[in-house]
Formats: sequence, structure tokens, C-alpha cells
Amino acid sequence: MKYTVTITIRLKEGMLNPEARAIQHALKNLGFQTEDLTTARLFRIRLDAPDAAAARETARQMCDRLLANPVIHDYAIEVE
Amino acid sequence: MRFAVVQFGGSNCDRDVCHVLTDVCGVDTDLVWYKDGLSRSYDAVVLPGGFSYGDYLRPGAIAARTPIMADVIRHAKTGGLVLGICNGAQIASEAGLVPGVFTLNAYPKFISRHVHLRVENTTSPFTTLYRKDEVIRIPIAHAEGRYVAPPLEIARLNREKRVAFRFCGEDGNVGPESNPNGSMESITGILSGGGNVLAMMPHPERSSEAVLGSEDGVKIFNSMVAYIEEYGRRSPAQQENWA
Repeated sequence: MKYTVTITIRLKEGMLNPEARAIQHALKNLGFQTEDLTTARLFRIRLDAPDAAAARETARQMCDRLLANPVIHDYAIEVE
Repeated sequence: MRFAVVQFGGSNCDRDVCHVLTDVCGVDTDLVWYKDGLSRSYDAVVLPGGFSYGDYLRPGAIAARTPIMADVIRHAKTGGLVLGICNGAQIASEAGLVPGVFTLNAYPKFISRHVHLRVENTTSPFTTLYRKDEVIRIPIAHAEGRYVAPPLEIARLNREKRVAFRFCGEDGNVGPESNPNGSMESITGILSGGGNVLAMMPHPERSSEAVLGSEDGVKIFNSMVAYIEEYGRRSPAQQENWA
């Protein structure tokens, strides 16, 4: 079966996010007031797997072994 | 004695390190292209600075997972010395050779200037030629050098005296005003559990000759040489640690 796996990787809660802070500042310069802003990285991967659970497991391994750094990142996986 | 300097696609301090090792320290040094692997035994391996793989994903993340890094990890696990400088430090941490991660500076811009470091550990193979608390002047050049690790890991690094260098002022005082990138506890040089891997963001190869304005960095390379001359490739302490 073909699956599309969407992986979202973001900094753990409470981690300093200088990128988000800079973007928030730039938005403010454009006149946008924001209460909070976070950034995340999204990977959309097409892959073959026997079932959705196997596709999710493969994605989890991709995150643990390369895509995320467990020291600073959390990740979420969606399979469709 | 023979050192290897690993060249990844995008390394750009490889020849500088090789020059210092060869011409300043007098050590036989091979530049090793990452695809060639470590084809022989080396006394020490240097992972130089640069922008391996264009810093894609995270700095050092992709280089850390190349086959030559399996060789480097094996070298480290048998007590061989590994020095990771700047992008090399990011590669070493991504490869799990040292704990924590070097990530985007607190103020997210590239900083290239000389900074002061306080030498915290003078017993590691990389720092024996320094005096405890000696203040040295070495340049940094990075946008992603803020050291982050879980608080328990930081406590452990402190307890085990595995912090090699902290950013400091000219007077040796450590604090936010002398912390250019927001690193936790101003840490910018960390040692592995066995003490035989040093990952540091500052560039000792850019401060190893008087003509460059500082020779403070050369003691790192010379400490490695002195250590290898005294103990050979691995020390009894390291054998114990890795056993």
C-alpha cells in the first residue's frame, strides 16, 4: 500500500526559538500584533508499507535516527 | 604518530587544520575524503569546520550519519582522540560522541570574531598544556553554536569535569555579557565520558600562529601530541572507561 506520511518537527515546549522571535518582531514591524508564534518543520513522505501502522513505525524510526534531534525536538506523525 | 582530518563536502577549515598540524606542530597528517573512510589506524581524528551538506536539516546532522562516521565512532570507542571544531563539533554531537546539541544562536545571526574562553579542565588529552582557569583568545565563526543539553546532563558534565571551555570576559568572569550565542552556562567545549573526544565551537586552528593575532589555540593540538607521545593511542583510564 502507498501511504503519505506527514511528519511535523518542532522545538520542545519551553525551548528558546530565536527564529520565531525574529519573525514575530518582523511581523510587529509590519503592524501585526501577535501573542505567540512558533515555527515547525514539515516533511511529507510517500512510501510503501504493508499497513498504516507499519508506515507510522517507519516514520518514527526516520525521526529517531535522522529527522529530529531528541535533545531539542518533539515530533508528530500523520499517516494517510 | 599520524592524524587524520576528515573532509566532508562543504568542509572549509580542513586545510587550515592540516596546515597547523603539519607546519606548526610537525605532525604527519592525512586529509581523508569522507567517501574513502578511515582506511588505517590513526592516533587522532579531527572533524574540521565548514558547512557540511550545506547545513541541511541541522548542522552536522547528515555528515554525522555518513559511513566514515561509523569509523570515527569506532576509533573513539577504542580510546582514539577525536577533536570536533565548529561544524565538526556539531557533527560530533549529532553522532552522539558528546551529549547535547549546538543550535541557532540566541540572537540568530552569524558571529565571526575573537572571544575569550576560560579553560575549565586541564587534565584532558586536549588541554594539559593550559593552566586551570587560564583565559585564552580564540575566534568563533558560527550562527548555530548555542550549546543546549538537558539540565541533568549539564549537571553531570559539571560534576565529571567534562566542560573544557566556557565563554568569558577578558578578566575570566563568566556571565551573560560574555556569552556571545546564549550557550547554557556559557559552555562551548565539552568532553566525552572517556575524555577522548572534545567538541568545541571556537576555532583553535585560526589562533595557532602569531601572524594571526593569537597563538592560544595551538596548545590544544600540542596537548594532543604530548598526550599521544606519553600514553600512545589509548590510556589505561580510557580502556577502563570504555570497557
